[in-house]
Amino acid sequence: MIFKLTEEQELLQKTVRDFAREEVAPKAAEMDEKEEYDWSLWDKMAEMGLTGIPFPEDYGGAGMDNLSYAIAVEELSRVCASTGVLVSAHTSLCSWPIYQFGTEEQKQKYLVPLAEGTKIGALGLTEPSAGSDAGSVKLTAVPDGDEYVLNGTKIFITNGGRADIYVIIASTDKSRGHRGTAAFIVEKGTPGFTFGKKEHKMGIRASYTYELVFENCRVPKENMLGQDGQGFKIALATLDGGRIGIAAQALGIAQGAFDQALEYSKIREQFGKPISANQGLQWMLADMATRIEAARLLVYRAAYLKDNHQPYGKESAMAKLYASECAMWVTTKAVQIFGGYGYTREYPVERMMRDAKITEIYEGTSEVQRIVIAANLLK
Amino acid sequence: MKIVVCLKQTFDTEAKITINADGKINDQGVSLIMNPYDEFAVEEALRIKEKDGGEVTVISVGGAKAQDALRQALAMGADNAVLITPELEVMDEYATATILAKAIEGMEYDLILGGFRAIDDGSAQVAGRVAEILGLPVVNVVTKLEVADGKALATREIEGGSEVVEVPLPAVITAQKGLNEPRYPSMKGIMKAKKKPMDKKGLADLGLEPAAVAAKVTALSYFLPAPRAAGKIIPGEPAEAAVALARALREEAKII
Repeated sequence: MIFKLTEEQELLQKTVRDFAREEVAPKAAEMDEKEEYDWSLWDKMAEMGLTGIPFPEDYGGAGMDNLSYAIAVEELSRVCASTGVLVSAHTSLCSWPIYQFGTEEQKQKYLVPLAEGTKIGALGLTEPSAGSDAGSVKLTAVPDGDEYVLNGTKIFITNGGRADIYVIIASTDKSRGHRGTAAFIVEKGTPGFTFGKKEHKMGIRASYTYELVFENCRVPKENMLGQDGQGFKIALATLDGGRIGIAAQALGIAQGAFDQALEYSKIREQFGKPISANQGLQWMLADMATRIEAARLLVYRAAYLKDNHQPYGKESAMAKLYASECAMWVTTKAVQIFGGYGYTREYPVERMMRDAKITEIYEGTSEVQRIVIAANLLK
Repeated sequence: MKIVVCLKQTFDTEAKITINADGKINDQGVSLIMNPYDEFAVEEALRIKEKDGGEVTVISVGGAKAQDALRQALAMGADNAVLITPELEVMDEYATATILAKAIEGMEYDLILGGFRAIDDGSAQVAGRVAEILGLPVVNVVTKLEVADGKALATREIEGGSEVVEVPLPAVITAQKGLNEPRYPSMKGIMKAKKKPMDKKGLADLGLEPAAVAAKVTALSYFLPAPRAAGKIIPGEPAEAAVALARALREEAKII
């Protein structure tokens, strides 16, 4: 076991940390306030190669490993959770299934622009009555000649509205349940594919969360990703890896909040001394730092297993479960350390606390993570 | 165009400076960065290469950790890196410049760039000394640089303005803030840097005896500045307050 990053990983960490601090951090509060993302940041990230980190150079990616990708998402999330999930959902939820299950034509047509960042991606899985019960998707895909006709809605889709390429999980044979599902690649602008409601959320307010509406939307047969019947399987495999991205996001949120709280505790004086002179606060900081380190090791280990082509389903679920609960706890403590000021929008910790909550819910709730872990333990 | 860029790894601008038990500056666990002024120099070299073609070599005198700064330059787009580790107890600007000049002497170059000063020692001497040793013209605190037809046209800061200086190449030019906006290394750049040459040398490889680069200036002691006292607000009508302020500036602050 080697507890040291490679020189390349260290340079990537420093580069993304500098970029996040200088370019993203100054915009984070305003983007959250206005619920509007500044897309010039995406263009800068594309130029730096942050939009396709774990994919081979032949497909427009950076040819780096999953640990490097996790570090990049962590560093971005430290200053802006919305930016972290933008990159994570794009890379893990859309680019990855196309990389893993796509034909060469599909990879050239879709993966290359996604990795290069000229197109943005999203995954359309969740429906009003299919959340944790992802297998019970109702959106239908009916074959008709050279095409499939899609009908139904998806909700809570991250990057929705702005993404150009969507991986949509549809039901092709209701009688077979989740074995009667398939995945399709659908481009924005396809007739019959429109956007419904934009969600107004507690946190990650600069991340676009949209309803997708399909009304007799015709998609070429060649746009089926993988085989008919594999839709749910593709979705689950995608979420296994997406978990590492979200775990990294949660880790970054926790670290960012902790950094703020640590600095503040040294400056804020009450009763004639900095509040960090109080043992109670020292213990709080110690607990926060320890939990963050534990989360970090779980996240990095899951990424390491994936990089080494070893099974990582249980470990990625543990990382996501622990890091998200850690983020919620640490950000709440951070607001506490800031006291009254932390409750105002003048300081970033209230945003970080609002951002943290979703990490316990999306890409598999904490409850689902526990199911996955237990299933692995009891098999 | 063959460009050599001298760079130094320095303390991070945010680093806390402390003196250790030996009376020396504590460098344990301190975050290190590429000297920001050297970053401007690396960026300028890369822009010239992108425009006119050529090769950029980055060179540094330092310990093993300086490889991180050199690697960052390679990831930004530099072609080769040279690290010279002299393993001397005490170094001064004369020693650093002598070593750099000796190493550069053996290279082909049309232009030598560097930051105008390092943010840690802040002496602003090394590039000038290198130019002197190599017999080259040097233009400092440059905020704009154009290179063409074997000449450099450098805009440099002067008191109250700027002047444009023309020098024949090869020359030494030092960068001031405002020369450019350094790029972030790209992910591809980071991966490519792995395969670029990082040449490590010692004094012997340059044919230098330790005696030849013995420091001519030694620091007698280091001490931290007095902590900043709280500011003082001088109340009253402007005319009276001005008198009180002038008196305080003369008698308390002793600056007029």
